[in-house]
Amino acid sequence: MTTLPGARRPGRRAARLRENLVGWAFIGPNLVLLSVFLLVPILWAVQLSFQETRGFGDPEWVGGANYARMVADPVFWQTLGNTVLFTLVTVPVEMALGLGLAVLLDGVLPGRRTWRTMLVLPMVISGVASAMIAVILFTEANGLVNKVLRALGLGAVPWQSDGALAMVSVIVTMIWLRVGLNMIIYLAGLQSVSPELYEAAELDGAGAWQRFRSITVPLVGPSTFFLLVLNVIASFQVFDLVFVLTGGGPGYSTSVLGTYAYRNGFQIREQGYGAALGVVILVVTLAFTVVQWRTNRTRDLTE
Amino acid sequence: MTTPQSLADLPAAGAPRSTVRGADRAAGVRAPRRRPRRRGGFVALRTVVAVVASVVVAFPLVWMLVVAFSPRGEVFGRGLRLLPSALTLENFERVLERYPVGAWFGNSIVIGVFVTVLTVVVSLLAGYAFAQLRFVGRTAVFLVFLATLMIPVQAIMVAQFRLVNGLEIYGTYWAVILPSAATAFGVFLARQFMLGIPQELIEAARLDGAGPIRVFTLIVLPLSGPLVAVLVLLTLLGSWNDFAWPLIALKDPDLYTLPVGLLYLKGQTNPDYNGIMALAVISVLPMVALFLAFQRFFVQGFVRSGVR
Repeated sequence: MTTLPGARRPGRRAARLRENLVGWAFIGPNLVLLSVFLLVPILWAVQLSFQETRGFGDPEWVGGANYARMVADPVFWQTLGNTVLFTLVTVPVEMALGLGLAVLLDGVLPGRRTWRTMLVLPMVISGVASAMIAVILFTEANGLVNKVLRALGLGAVPWQSDGALAMVSVIVTMIWLRVGLNMIIYLAGLQSVSPELYEAAELDGAGAWQRFRSITVPLVGPSTFFLLVLNVIASFQVFDLVFVLTGGGPGYSTSVLGTYAYRNGFQIREQGYGAALGVVILVVTLAFTVVQWRTNRTRDLTE
Repeated sequence: MTTPQSLADLPAAGAPRSTVRGADRAAGVRAPRRRPRRRGGFVALRTVVAVVASVVVAFPLVWMLVVAFSPRGEVFGRGLRLLPSALTLENFERVLERYPVGAWFGNSIVIGVFVTVLTVVVSLLAGYAFAQLRFVGRTAVFLVFLATLMIPVQAIMVAQFRLVNGLEIYGTYWAVILPSAATAFGVFLARQFMLGIPQELIEAARLDGAGPIRVFTLIVLPLSGPLVAVLVLLTLLGSWNDFAWPLIALKDPDLYTLPVGLLYLKGQTNPDYNGIMALAVISVLPMVALFLAFQRFFVQGFVRSGVR
């Protein structure tokens, strides 16, 4: 009995067609939501960044004028500088504290669970509530921080009227909010480090610091990289904390890209310029996402 | 967002339990004695450091409680005062009386529930397709999904605002719900988990004549309990704490969510900081309770997705 090659083909083709339809049907609802409310706005934001709008009125094509304005806008450069500074300070501190706490809580310790829970708890507190707590702690006239400083005879500190100190208050709050995430990701990473390595190193006479430097740090490398990208993106996109705690002030000394884009888009209603600032955030975010892909860690996601 | 391969997976269906150890241990929920524990020297010193660190981190939350339960203005008066002269509920009563706090709470719940249900359902469906079904364009679409993972609302808020305006849903619940549910984050977690479901199981059901919907509901879903728990909790948390987008998408103060309401209180002339802390307590309490009850799932989700 011979089967003609062509005889089965229509059936196979139908089956394949059916497989495709089923696959697309399953991703369909998500794809529609994502396309309408995310992909379309991304393209639209790029388009708006080349337009000018009066109030919320009809946009007008202005080419690269918004970007030219950005280059000439000293507040933009100050804002970008603030954002970069904020990122450069928060990210290493978050990671160092996270790793330190993870190592601390990885070994045997009384009450370990309790300490872990307490350290992770800020992760479920909203950025707004965190910033509100920071507001009452850092208020210049009668906040707790200044009262304690005065009681210690150190004198009050202008957390709100001094730009650099206002930035410090935002940085401290951000670190508080994110140190728990860094800790648990490092804790998970530490689980892959074999205890025998430490024992061997100890037999070879390596001290605690040496063991940390030459075993722990290299072996949690993947977690470090993962956290680096996550933290940089999170810091670069900071909004809630700054918006509520300082509003970008005093002046523009804590203004960051997120709050400056909001200010232009919704407070002074320069939506074209606001969109252009958003595109800057978008480009930087995508760049870091690509950096992450490149390091093959994402290959297991896409096969 | 991706995690290093060394990180523990979500407990994949059918996978040996040991794959969950990292996240579990990180959660401190169970500490299976599966390997010799690091001895850990300097126990006394390390304990002191751990206590100090925990107290420092917990202190702002304690201070929130102190201010919320203190008589108005007391801790802001002259001199350093760490403990209230008396515990009082007057700040809660005042805030509840002057502002539509009940409505804000309800709005947060309604929006949270809708965002969560919608996100979890569409994410499970898509995650299953990306993990187990073969179709043209799968990899390309998944890459696009991945690329959108970290895009913040600040980058596209102007366009999103115009979009909800154009759709004539600005100022309604839907203006918050639909863009919030447009996320690939759940898809990514669902796909990771569902890669662990044995293909033979699905194949066998298919040979028995089950259609794709029956396979999904009768085979895949029952195996996805831990995944659903993580997705529900993280999505709810994200929606509950979301601020920037509800701030833009809502107009009527009666429709505000709790975070936007908090800002509204701060915006009043002569802001009532005791009242603000009372509202802060009201707004964080549900998530703190959920976290304490389901810490293991929260931590697995955080570790897996890197999202807080």
